Amino acid sequence: MESGVFHTDYRTDIGLRRVPAERVRLGLFMGALLVFPFLASPYWLNLANQIAIATIGALGLNILVGYTGQVSLGQGAFMAVGAYTSALLTLRLGLPWGVSIVAACFATAAVGVFFGLPSLRLKGLYLAISTLAAQEIVEWVVTHWTALTGGVEAVVVPAPRLFGQRLNTDFGFYWLGIILAGGTALFTANLFRSRIGRSFVAVRDQDIAASVIGVNVFGTKLLAFATSSFFVGLAGALTAYYRNIISWERFTFETSILYLAMIIVGGLGTIRGSLFGAALITLLPAMIGTVGRELQGSAPAVAALLPSVQQAVFGIVIILFLVFEPEGLSKLWRNVKDYFYVWPFAYRRGEGR
Amino acid sequence: MDQFLQLTVAGLGTGMIYALAAVGFVVIYKASDVINFAQGDLLLFGTYLIFFFLVQIGLPWTAGVLLTMLVAAAIGLAVERTVLRPLIGEPIISMIMVTIGLSSVLRAVVHGIWGPQPRTFPPFLPEGQVMLGSAVVSADRLVAIPLALALLGGLALFFRRTRSGIAMRAIADDQQAALSMGISIPRVFATAWALAAVTAAIGGIMLGNIVGVTPNVAQIGLRVFPVVILGGLDSIRGAVVGGAIIGLLEFYAGGYIGHGLNLIVPYVVLIVVLMVRPYGLFGREIIERV
Repeated sequence: MESGVFHTDYRTDIGLRRVPAERVRLGLFMGALLVFPFLASPYWLNLANQIAIATIGALGLNILVGYTGQVSLGQGAFMAVGAYTSALLTLRLGLPWGVSIVAACFATAAVGVFFGLPSLRLKGLYLAISTLAAQEIVEWVVTHWTALTGGVEAVVVPAPRLFGQRLNTDFGFYWLGIILAGGTALFTANLFRSRIGRSFVAVRDQDIAASVIGVNVFGTKLLAFATSSFFVGLAGALTAYYRNIISWERFTFETSILYLAMIIVGGLGTIRGSLFGAALITLLPAMIGTVGRELQGSAPAVAALLPSVQQAVFGIVIILFLVFEPEGLSKLWRNVKDYFYVWPFAYRRGEGR
Repeated sequence: MDQFLQLTVAGLGTGMIYALAAVGFVVIYKASDVINFAQGDLLLFGTYLIFFFLVQIGLPWTAGVLLTMLVAAAIGLAVERTVLRPLIGEPIISMIMVTIGLSSVLRAVVHGIWGPQPRTFPPFLPEGQVMLGSAVVSADRLVAIPLALALLGGLALFFRRTRSGIAMRAIADDQQAALSMGISIPRVFATAWALAAVTAAIGGIMLGNIVGVTPNVAQIGLRVFPVVILGGLDSIRGAVVGGAIIGLLEFYAGGYIGHGLNLIVPYVVLIVVLMVRPYGLFGREIIERV
């Protein structure tokens, strides 16, 4: 009987997929992704697209919070930078959507570095509060620099096209969404197999020790802010193109909380967790909403309470995870795998893949 | 000059309510190192509780205020026991997120019970306008200033003179030494939450008087951050002075410059303070530095 996975050389030990079962699961998952849009209703397709965007944003936030240990409350602001940059570049300068998305990613990375500068002097709690200020300041700029952003008015974004097809339909966007989300996941996975990624983790675990072994702590933090913001900006830009219309209300402090909840519930510092968390936090209110619509006819009083129920459930989910499973859904997933690995025999401790 | 006086009174009045919210925040931080993102929602709860007791039940306002404070204290205790205590010693991100989750739940409960529409209750702070020299200022804000100051003074006395106040300061100073002197840390954490909830409820009552009973009251929760950072995270005096300064700055910026600048000035101050003097005006200089 197997008692664990033991590698005999380094190449397989640091490989991206370490055991055959992982490759099989990944293959099945990708197969499911390919068939899904042909079977799903527009409602589910829309949800899948939202999850794809949220996954990109959650991965970006996880690079900063989960892997580098710098708490950011400014996710909403960084998404706003991405969304408004890409939308305005297309709208005002007529740049093609692909170019403007890439430009938006770099612009967001630059803004991220700027608001990461306080990390030179601050860490922990104080840094978190300074990112809260970043959130409020960016929000204020968006709503008050009317000449550039249109202020509190919504901005209508021209539809992206590829080979003459509109890409902002549910079906068209799906492919863009999963390719970019998959690419982001692959990049993140590889980042943390590299020297740079490991220096991120070193800064999180013990910054003094990291600087002793030759990691430039401040530079690493700024790089983490840049990398993270790059993908957060991508998520923002995609939101703009998918929705066709953006307004500042989509990128408030609430948005920052939403994304933090995703990575907490999914699991800090895991790629799988970013996907799980994004899916759960996106699906939860949608499912409650569906139940509510069912009740609309029979129990209108209950249906009226729905927004409160959604908000309460959101809060309760966060609290329950923090109290009972701080490592999130990815830990639960590992537990399930461990259980079935040697089923029907006893529970196997140690690393499960 | 008239405008200056009006803005000063309005700014100080608002600042004192910030101070009441901030003091609760500081008490919790001092005792247990928890950053409470739900402070604004505790305020919101206070506002709706007093509305409930005064209007929906019809109690006289003394009884209403007392009951509100009692219920708020109970909520504070319950929250500490069920949510915060299991997380003692967890990393900052967990602490931040758990209070954010809490804030979401509290807001949902208020929303679910009382709905989103604004309400009013018979004000017990004096209404109308008062002539101060040649300036017209609103009476409720003028009265709010000494009222809040008296409350904050009472709180300062609590920390200096009472047994549990001194225990709280001891724990903030050195947990191990306090433990060895027989102080029960869980009990002190619970007292801190009860106290924070009560001060928030009082702030909520005054805020309900001045701006009305609306869900927007909770927004003050984020305004507390500039106040406590400016004053020093672990200083009650700092919360009062910081509240006054931020309140005044907001009204001066809004009154003299406009452009919605009052919304942003506190956060600019926040960043400047963090960069120059992260421990604030009165905070202790032991902070996490890189």
